[in-house]
Amino acid sequence: MLLEVRNLTCGYGAKVILREIDFQLPKGELLGIIGPNGSGKTTLLRAITKVIKPMGGVILFEGRDIKEISYKELARKISIVSQNHETGWMGVEEFVLLGRIPYYRKLQFLERRNDLEIARRWMRLTGTIGLKDRLLGELSGGERQLVHLARALTQEPELLLLDEPTAHLDITHQVAILDLVRKLNKEFGLTVVMVLHDLNLASEYCQRLILINDGRIYREGSPEEVLSYKIVEEVYKTVVVVEKNPITGRPYVFLVPEDKQKRTKRRWEKYMV
Amino acid sequence: MREKVSYWLIWVFVLSGFLLGIGLFSLWVGPKRIPFSTLISLIFERRISTESSILFDIRLPRIILGFAIGGSLSLAGVILQGMFRNPLVEPYTLGISGGAGLGVSLNIVLRVHQRVGVLSLPLSGFLGALSVVFFLYFLSARRGVLKIHNLLLYGVMISFISSSLIMLIMAVSRVEDLHGIIFWMMGSLEEPNGFLIRLTFILSIVGLVLSYLFSISLNALSVGEEEAFHLGVDVEKTKRFLFLVATLLTGISVSVAGMIGFVGLVVPHFVRIFIGRDHRILLLGSFLCGSSFLILCDTLARTVIAPSELPVGVITGILGGSLFIYALGKRNMVL
Repeated sequence: MLLEVRNLTCGYGAKVILREIDFQLPKGELLGIIGPNGSGKTTLLRAITKVIKPMGGVILFEGRDIKEISYKELARKISIVSQNHETGWMGVEEFVLLGRIPYYRKLQFLERRNDLEIARRWMRLTGTIGLKDRLLGELSGGERQLVHLARALTQEPELLLLDEPTAHLDITHQVAILDLVRKLNKEFGLTVVMVLHDLNLASEYCQRLILINDGRIYREGSPEEVLSYKIVEEVYKTVVVVEKNPITGRPYVFLVPEDKQKRTKRRWEKYMV
Repeated sequence: MREKVSYWLIWVFVLSGFLLGIGLFSLWVGPKRIPFSTLISLIFERRISTESSILFDIRLPRIILGFAIGGSLSLAGVILQGMFRNPLVEPYTLGISGGAGLGVSLNIVLRVHQRVGVLSLPLSGFLGALSVVFFLYFLSARRGVLKIHNLLLYGVMISFISSSLIMLIMAVSRVEDLHGIIFWMMGSLEEPNGFLIRLTFILSIVGLVLSYLFSISLNALSVGEEEAFHLGVDVEKTKRFLFLVATLLTGISVSVAGMIGFVGLVVPHFVRIFIGRDHRILLLGSFLCGSSFLILCDTLARTVIAPSELPVGVITGILGGSLFIYALGKRNMVL
């Protein structure tokens, strides 16, 4: 197991956000975490990266309690593209090179040639090499997300965490980012955990989904197992219809507006399993 | 990579050249005219004469003190602005100068310095600064986490409280004490005690070296505390350490030279605009730039209306402020 979360309870101050979370992540998996706003998805990522400490339970990375792993070492093993992008007026290449900080030795002040090569390689792979002399603040949302991904990859992690990598992006960039993530997963064997709001993207791209509701794991399994209309309706308190994507065969969640619910419900009932 | 380093090195040379030039200029000008050739010859062969005593016993110590204090204040400014990620923070925002001022005012009003000695003035200033530092630290550190925003707010409040207390002391003090307090508050690089000058000089260099241990962490912090965590920086340790370095540098500067404003706020911005935002050059660049700036201002302060003197804080404020407005308009940059 690459990552093992055992009976994790955590939160902020006295407020408990996640309760008794238990899951395992084998090497090479592409895991999706879904759930309503405020269910604790981001908190889970924060606990895995040691930004917040567990109130109960343990998180094991490669069998070691992350409590015992220094921040620096952990940053060489786990990297994250988080949601709140503090942009600032930093150059793109300079920003991507920050990803080499975990590899700096004591009293090392300058990056080595090797560091720049690694940063450039991931910038090329994410298609951001052409932006290297631009400032972060000048980029579009999609470009910025790719630059953040390049920085996270420059950390050369074994586990990549993505917190809503497709938020605020158009479908071109949504697909571009997720295709890239899948490629990293397939070709480079990178283990990925991503928090997604879009159930359909989660269904298309992830091998396994964990649905969190109210701080607990509500359901865990393949997209087909998790994204049934019953479960989605229960958790999201919204009427939906689940069909199959005709090309990929993955479940696809349709929303039903309130005024159309009665008619459609009756018509669709016989198809729904 | 190599280009970046050579770019930095060029700036370091340019700034060191500036510093040397301004230092020589400051050594040269003054009420007693010393020809430049005499100055140069005196630097290389030290003869005992009136001129050499003016140069090396009166002007040079002042230059060294200006170097140390200008450098320390600018360094503290860079560190605090980087830590708080707030361009308006300066070394005096956190109330450290207020604490020092309170210590000195109490000392003057209670006439401690007349009984114990003049050295008790900077000492009481430093004690005042130190107590603010510890007070702030324990107020804002909860469960091993230093809350940056709390720190800033507490600092501003302590600053207000101590300036009100200073005013209270001034209101009830005798005229001659009042003069002493005001004179101290305006700040001056005139310091007769050689030991204090050497101490300030050494500590400013130590501060510079220590700050470099965290230059990479400061770069990481510039993209946010949480991101810095993700980059493997022990954020809490870094914040604690940098807070101590910056506040102690400020405390020492203020206790020795009084409140010389503006250096710690403006110099880091200048360096950021003209050289760059990477802390690996920003720390040293600000130190050199700040020390040259303060030496220059002090030279002006003591020559403009010679033989009397202007408070150096007046010059730093007017010169620094107008230069800064000019630079902002010219570069049209976002801070």
